[in-house]
Order: sequence, then C-alpha cells, then structure tokens
Amino acid sequence: MSNYPSDLRYTKDHEWARIDGKRVVIGITEFAVHQLGDITMVELPKEGESFRREQVLGTIESVKAVSDIYAPLSGKVVKTNDPLRDSPETLNEDCYDEGWMVELELSSLDEIKQLMTSEEYAKYVKDHS
Amino acid sequence: MTGTSKGLITTRQLLHHEAPIFEQGAPGRSGASLPKLDVPEVSAAALLGDLYRDAAPGLPEVSEVDVTRHFTRLSRWNYAIDIGMYPLGSCTMKYNPKVNERVARMPGFAGLHPAQSEESLQGALELMYRLERALCEISGFARVTLQPAAGAHGELCGLMMIRAYHQSQGRFPRKVLIPDSAHGTNPASVTLNQMECVPVKTSADGILSAETVRAAVAQYPGDIAGLMVTNPSTLGLFEENIAEIAEVVHQAGGLVYMDGANFNALLGKVRPGETGIDVMHINLHKTFTTPHGGGGPGSGPVGVVEKLIPFLPTPTVELADGKYHLLYNRPQSVGRLRSFFGNFGMHVRAYTYIREMGGEGLTQATEMAVLNAVYLRALLHEEYPPASEKPSMHEYVTSDKKIKKETTVQTLDIAKRLMDYGYHPPTVYFPLVLPGALMIEPTETESKETLDEFAAALLSIAKEAHSDPDLVKHAPHQTALRRLDETKAARQPRLRWLPPT
Repeated sequence: MSNYPSDLRYTKDHEWARIDGKRVVIGITEFAVHQLGDITMVELPKEGESFRREQVLGTIESVKAVSDIYAPLSGKVVKTNDPLRDSPETLNEDCYDEGWMVELELSSLDEIKQLMTSEEYAKYVKDHS
Repeated sequence: MTGTSKGLITTRQLLHHEAPIFEQGAPGRSGASLPKLDVPEVSAAALLGDLYRDAAPGLPEVSEVDVTRHFTRLSRWNYAIDIGMYPLGSCTMKYNPKVNERVARMPGFAGLHPAQSEESLQGALELMYRLERALCEISGFARVTLQPAAGAHGELCGLMMIRAYHQSQGRFPRKVLIPDSAHGTNPASVTLNQMECVPVKTSADGILSAETVRAAVAQYPGDIAGLMVTNPSTLGLFEENIAEIAEVVHQAGGLVYMDGANFNALLGKVRPGETGIDVMHINLHKTFTTPHGGGGPGSGPVGVVEKLIPFLPTPTVELADGKYHLLYNRPQSVGRLRSFFGNFGMHVRAYTYIREMGGEGLTQATEMAVLNAVYLRALLHEEYPPASEKPSMHEYVTSDKKIKKETTVQTLDIAKRLMDYGYHPPTVYFPLVLPGALMIEPTETESKETLDEFAAALLSIAKEAHSDPDLVKHAPHQTALRRLDETKAARQPRLRWLPPT
C-alpha cells in the first residue's frame, strides 16, 4: 500500500514538504517514484538560488522520461542533497529520508495552507490514476 | 515462438555474436598497402616537434575482409522499414520509395558542388524553387525555407523568426505557451531564443481548449510571444479548436507556431496556413519519405505567412528573367542557418515523392494513414484502451492502463515482447501526459494483412500477460541480445572502448 507520511505536506505535482518553522525540506513522493521507474539522473539547484512557488527548481531523469521538480513553496535554497547527483538510485530506495532533495528557507508561511495533507494527497492520487 | 494469425515462424537465420572491432584481428595486420618509398626519408619526430605523439593511436589491426564482415554482420542486427512494420509513433517511419534514391543519384544532382557558380547550378536551384512552391501549395504558406536540417532545427528557425518579427516592431515579449502534450524539443527551441515556456494543460479529452489558452494568455498581458502547437497532437488527436485558439493568441499580440511532425495526417485535407498558423516546420523525413534515422540526414523546411517573409533565412531562391538565382540581400533575415542550402539530397527525394504522388496521391496517402490507425484502434481498443474518446487521426495512442491493472506486466514489457513477434516496438512512455503510453503509428505503408498480424501479436501479448506474465516480463527471447540493463546503461554509461587491463 502506498506510503505518504502524515507529518509531510504534498503538492499536486507529487512533491512532499517537511516543514519546520521557516525551513522546509522537499522531495518527491513514492507515487512519483513509481511513475518514473528507475531514476538515472537528478539535477538540483545551487545554494542561494531563490524560487517562487511552482517554479521549476530541478529535474529528474528516469529510464522513461525527464520530469521537472517544482518548488512546493517560495523560498531560498539553503542546502541540497548532493550525494543524489552520484547515486540517484537513492530516490528509488528511500524517497522520504535519504532521498530528500532540497532545503529551502521560506519567504512566506502563508503558502503552506495551499498544500495537501497526507489524506488529501492519497485521495488526490487515487482519483487521478 | 508463439505464432501470429499467419502461423508459426519455423526457421531462424544465422546470426553471429560480434565482438567490438578493437578485439578482432591480430598485431601487425593491416588492410592497407602502401607503395614503396621513392623519396628521401625524413624524421617525422623532427618535423613535428611537440606535436609528435608518444604512442601509436591504437587503431584496430584488421584486414579489409575483417572490417567488411564486422560491419556487414552488425548491419544484420538492424531493424529497418525495409525489413518489417516500424510503428514508431510520432516518427512516421513510412516506406521510402526506391525511385527517390534513383533520382538523388542522377549525376546532375549527386555530382554537384555547392560552391559552383549559379549559372552551373540552374537545375538544382530550379528543383529547390519548385519544391518550395509545392510545399507552399500543400501547407498554405506564402514562402518556405529549405535550410533547416531537421524538425528541431526548423523549430529553432521558426522561433528565431517570431522573435525577429516582434523585435522589428520594437518589442520582445517572452512567453510562449506550450501544451503538456508537446514534443520535448519545443521548450528547448523557446529557451534557445531567450524566451520562456508557459505550460498549458490539455483538457480531459486530450485536446486544447480556447478557454485554457485564454486564461494562460491573460496571466501575461503584453508579454505573449506566441504558442507552439502540434496538430494533430502527440495524442493523435485533431486540435479542433485551433482557429479560435489562434485568434486568442493573435489578439494578445502573439504568433502561432505549428510543429508539423504530424503533417502526414493532413495532406490534401487541411492547409495549416489557412487555419491561423503563422509558422510551421515540415519534416521531409517523416511526411515526404526521405530517410528517417539510420541514414538520414533529416530536413525540416519551415513555412511562413506573408508578414514573416522578410525574416526567412538567407539566401532564398528566386526566379527572374527565366533564371534562378540566390538572394542574399535581405536585411531583416535571421541569417544563415545551415551551410550552403540545407540537405539538398533530401530536397531531391522529397520533390521526387511529391511529383510521383501528385495532389490526389498525397491526399490518398493521408487517408490511408488515418484509416490504418483507426483500423488498429478498432482491433485493439478492448485490451489497449484509447488515450481519448475523440477519434484517432494518424496514430493510435493507447496505454498499459488495463493490462497493468489486471497483471504485473507493463508498457516496457509489451514493447520488448513485440520484438519476439518480429516488429519494431512503438514509441513508449510518450507523450508524458499519458502514463504508460504506447504510441502506434502504422502510416499508409502497411497493408490490411500486416495490420491484422500486428494487432494479433499485441492481443496475443495481452493474453500472455495473464497466462504467463514472466514470459512477457523477460522478453525479448528471440533477439540477438536479451533484455538490456537500460538503467545501468543510463547510470554508468560506457561511451568508449578501453583495452582490458
């Protein structure tokens, strides 16, 4: 059964966000990973770059396709998970912890309420697949 | 192996396992013989100084027969349209008539040098002039440039002209709307022109609605450079709202680019230049039977409406006083996009095809291409459901939706298993908007018998997915090599041969 941890918030583009005060760690959901298949390359932004919500912040390449990763919330990149660049398979193995992608410092907390809870996301995925 | 409706395959051809050429031959063996030295010998090291290399370049040490056998053997591993059905969606792998090759090899064409004088190139220039007129008549555009070397190059050329048009009016709007079913080359062409993509969602029935485009346009007042649309779309559907959509884009000050990859579905039926499209590329290597892949090269002429003529690449071919000449003095042109005049050999082949077919023949080709796709849909739709309820044009776009729900088999397995039945697999996992997509383009080339056999193979695979899923998941079994580790190939590509250490 699908696994969408309840402490995370989710987007319609299948990113997750782990929010801690003004900091947020983001990654892609198990559903996204299943859709992509074996992931072969991850492109991450540079530290210090700023993104508006829903702007493209990176790309993921799998044996099937190249997909964009969208910023779930607006903010500035404070950390990236660099080991992913050399071992993209981590995303297939553990997309919620080892497979985190980027940490942002949020520019506004108002946008958080636009994200889905795990129940809402699970329902969204069910309705759209 | 499992038989198709026509029966079992009972024999197999001898196929050599072939080592890389670097691992063949023997030290000191060579296929070249040089005449005896008849001049005083000088030291290469002394002549070349720093440039003299320390070691020999490590070329394969093989004889002529070794090389001939190596490449001939490898060529027998190939699959080609001259071997069997090649239903690779979006690519239009139609048969390339041999008359094209015959005409392209006529000494008057094959022996030309592009730097010859205009006077001595009259025949070639006339062919280019006539091909341009023919493509204008077929597509409904005012002029066509033959320079771009392929479809994506045509897109780049088209976007450059759109940008030059805006800049000639003292503006440079940046946003280009692109539907989510587009070819990946579309956003690349936009980015190369310093413009930005705005993705537009297709409706639930798979096509673009004027409302969605209107809403997207409204978000960027004064900053709409244009829209790029593929028609029929990559879902094989006719964008029936195109006229209204074009109007919305025009009212916002933008131009409309059409990706003509699927023009094969429109010949003699729709002239895009009359549907509100301002610029479009035409893939000669898809629609007009010049080779696609494996030999190419491609050719991607671009048609434009009247107001974009000043921006066409230079030179253009003109006719004055009964003579053909090249016009370079075109100050608003985006410039030259290709050395000389584009892939001229492809112009010869495409022109041959157009003259061989005539207007009625081209119209019939389109009708057959659409009929073949619609026929496959009728045979397959229960096991392989359509991407949309809308009627299919020249492609049947389906997915593993039903099979994946009922079994553990998915699109990649189906594609691999088709190789055991003797077919090149269709395009898979594209367009991205359809999960597990299978994009089948039979083209007008295939007979009803071939289509029946191909459909029978796909239906047989659907049965196998239930009765013996492992058979499908480990396919192919009949090919020279079994299933390759595509993940490892992508993660750790070995791009050159290295001597064993």
